[in-house]
Amino acid sequence: MELDPLILSRIQFAFVVAFHAIFPAFSIGISVFVALLQGLFVATGNPAWERLSMFWTKVFAVVFGMGVVSGIVMAFQFGTNWSNFSQATANFFGPMLSYEVLTAFFLEAGFLGVLLFGRDRVSPGVHLFAALMVASGTLISSFWILAGNSWMHTPAGVEVRDGVYHVTSWLDAIFNPSFPYRLAHMVLASFLAGGFVVAGVSAWYLIRGHDVQANRKALSMTLWLLLIAAPAQAVIGDFHGLNTLEHQPGKIAAIEGIWETESSVPLLVFAIPDQENQTNRFEIGIPKLASLILTHDPDGELPGLDEIPRVEQPPVWFTFYGFRIMVGLGILMILFAAAGLALRPGGRLYTNRAFLQGLRLMSVTPFIALLAGWITTETGRAPWVVQGMMTQSEGLTPSLTGGMALFTLIGYMTVYAMVFWAGIYYLTRVVRKGMEADTSETDESHRPMRPMSASRVSFDDDDTAPGRT
Amino acid sequence: MDPYVLSTIWAIIIAFSIIMYVVLDGFVLGMGILFPFAPDEEARDVMMNTGAPIWDGNETWLVLAGTALLGAFPLVYTVILPALYIGVFLMVAGLIFRGVAFELRFKAHRSRPLWNVAFAGGSMVAAFAQGAVVGAYILGFETESSTFSGGPFDWLTPFTVMTGLGMMAGLALLGVTWVIMKTEGPVQEWAYRVAPRLLVGVLVVFAIVSLWTPYVDPEVWERWFSHIRVIWILPAMALFCAALLLWALRARRELIPFLATLGMFFFTYLGLLVSRWPYVVPPNYTLWDAAAAPESQLFLLIGTLFVLPIILGYTSWAYWVFRGKVRPGEGYH
Ligand code: HDD
Ligand code: HEM
Ligand code: HEM
Repeated sequence: MELDPLILSRIQFAFVVAFHAIFPAFSIGISVFVALLQGLFVATGNPAWERLSMFWTKVFAVVFGMGVVSGIVMAFQFGTNWSNFSQATANFFGPMLSYEVLTAFFLEAGFLGVLLFGRDRVSPGVHLFAALMVASGTLISSFWILAGNSWMHTPAGVEVRDGVYHVTSWLDAIFNPSFPYRLAHMVLASFLAGGFVVAGVSAWYLIRGHDVQANRKALSMTLWLLLIAAPAQAVIGDFHGLNTLEHQPGKIAAIEGIWETESSVPLLVFAIPDQENQTNRFEIGIPKLASLILTHDPDGELPGLDEIPRVEQPPVWFTFYGFRIMVGLGILMILFAAAGLALRPGGRLYTNRAFLQGLRLMSVTPFIALLAGWITTETGRAPWVVQGMMTQSEGLTPSLTGGMALFTLIGYMTVYAMVFWAGIYYLTRVVRKGMEADTSETDESHRPMRPMSASRVSFDDDDTAPGRT
Repeated sequence: MDPYVLSTIWAIIIAFSIIMYVVLDGFVLGMGILFPFAPDEEARDVMMNTGAPIWDGNETWLVLAGTALLGAFPLVYTVILPALYIGVFLMVAGLIFRGVAFELRFKAHRSRPLWNVAFAGGSMVAAFAQGAVVGAYILGFETESSTFSGGPFDWLTPFTVMTGLGMMAGLALLGVTWVIMKTEGPVQEWAYRVAPRLLVGVLVVFAIVSLWTPYVDPEVWERWFSHIRVIWILPAMALFCAALLLWALRARRELIPFLATLGMFFFTYLGLLVSRWPYVVPPNYTLWDAAAAPESQLFLLIGTLFVLPIILGYTSWAYWVFRGKVRPGEGYH
């Protein structure tokens, strides 16, 4: 069988970017949370806030480190595998990525040291400033990278001359039609990721009776935040969908599993799309709901996949299920946030074991939803790499052979499997060890100024039982 | 602004980020290369501690060089990366292992030997790949209508293996002189002993590459042996730095060996640039062929000129905070 460099490159890109995306999303959420805790500490002087902020800084350090090493890979992917795409779009993409490095990565690197190791060296106010700078860095980074990504979905502000894209309006290109929705949706997804991890870990500590006072504060605060963020995510997602209907109708058809343009479209809760025969099997739907949501009219007409030539149809299976997984988990998140509110009277929130155990399990869901969301949106764009302008095969590196692509695909998978294992293993140890693990330790000189070493938890010793109070 | 001037400014900025990366990450990689030869585990701890506070920021210069090339000279990015496809993978994998080892080695006890291997191996592979990139660059790239048209292993030739090994020796020298500057006692003693041997190795490779380069490319021959004679000042300066280094090692100076090695790197790098100028994708494309649209270069330049000084501020500040010697037992455990 002939190895296809296109398929292999797509798998490789999806794999490395999905691996990478988990960590930045987590970093954004946690860095904002740490800044908030530090701010509360500065404002109230309550040491419980400081204890929390110290613990979550440790977690942040590990996650951030994983984001950095996986990010280096991304910087070269566009050149190695998508050189024609890079060549054509460099006039727009180059400045976006460069600005990300200049305004975000260096900002994060500059203040990270003070955040991680400067607690004893600078005043709480300066420390708070460092935390705010790092958090801003992660948010600025999402601004630029999502401007680039959104432009690939809804290109604007450019014209093509001799196969090369020239920017005619920077404002139109950066603030392209899908960008505001995608940015808001992604930032909220990051907050949800941070929030559910914090809630899950606090819940676990409460079950174990570990530092109850601080963890109750953390849980209560996060649940208030989630009560706002989870429903807001659904609202923004809805707007995002309306925007997509306008600019990428084919993607909506794949998301909703609509094969023929029709009116009064049902919302499919479940179905098995059959691309071969251009139809669905085992449909379970709610009548007229899709039309109602997307056109605000129960009898509205929605475009179907039949309007696109077969070769230009997205791989419906991925788009369709990716979307359902994301929305399903989103609804579950809203339910948990609401349950948190319902359990507040009498403080049952801190004692109801079923709820606490549930929260523990919920901490992985935002990451699954996030990846499912990206799979929806990216596969829904296929076969285009720049919607309507350049296909994936046009963007591919011409000299790339299947063998080369296979080699690096296996290579990255192996490297990431090892690194991921080490990182996650260490992270679970930090969490297991608990919040007070090293507040007692008064280490004379901690010089390091870099990710992960902020936490002095052993990588492979066996003393991991959390301290109980 | 005149597109000609704009491209020239960009060439300078990118050349600057590349040399920043080479020397800043270079001494850290160099310590990784020397890792297996360090006298004992304590020396390894000390070495790692000297690099620990700053390696992460150093690596960001590589990312900047990459993205700025895409922004200012996309052709360089889109020809060279496909041409070095396998090499780039090796370099990135090396950097990942090196970075993760940096973070996790100190927390490991039982698995520490494994992290030592990851640190040393990652650094060696990354350094070799970077040296091979330089070699491949000197040799030039096979292109067809603005895309790379050669094979996956074109970059791997006896010449590039030579430059790869040369880079390893050079970075090891940079690392060892950094160790001299940042440590004392037995670790420093060891570094003083190793440095002259590395210097000999570097000079041998330097001589071979210098003689070989004009031979692989007649244009370079032209330039060095008939046109502009003044450029001989560059290798002369590099050799002067080598002599200075040798003297400083004998005299047990602490700061000068590192500075002299930086000088060797700097003049060799300039020598390489003038051999090729203005070709950025040798042998066919010049700076101006490779340039992005002027409006893109300008859009990016405005922000860069504003932000770059601030970044240099952070960097110097970080080095200032962590100035002074690192002693055994210091740092985190
Ligand atoms: C929504 C946010 C987001 C998304 C979609 C991406 N990134 Fe990212 N990236 C970040 C948010 C981020 C971050 C939070 O800012 C990180 C995590 C750790 C860090 O240093 O910055 C980061 C790190 C990071 C680094 C390392 C920076 C360093 O050395 O400090 C690089 C080179 C990239 N990213 C490049 C990319 C590319 C080319 C992407 C496109 C596919 C991408 N990232 C998707
Ligand atoms: C951060 C989370 C992201 C995830 C999880 C993700 C996921 C994916 C997936 C699953 C594909 C494969 C699509 C297919 O094969 O049809 C893909 C392709 C691609 N994405 Fe993303 N993506 C992410 C972000 C980005 C960003 C930020 C960019 C641009 C800056 C980007 C640019 C691309 C490109 C160039 C391709 C390859 C061409 C293609 O197959 O369409 N992606 N991504
Ligand atoms: C609950 C209701 C939700 C709705 C209605 C919704 C809606 C959408 C839609 C329509 C898209 C596709 C955008 C496009 O067409 O390109 C999308 C993408 C995405 N979703 Fe959601 N979403 C919801 C919940 C969530 C949750 C809970 C998360 C993660 C925690 C999430 C993360 C993402 C991500 C990362 C993307 C890809 C980036 C983007 O295009 O914005 N979504 N969402």
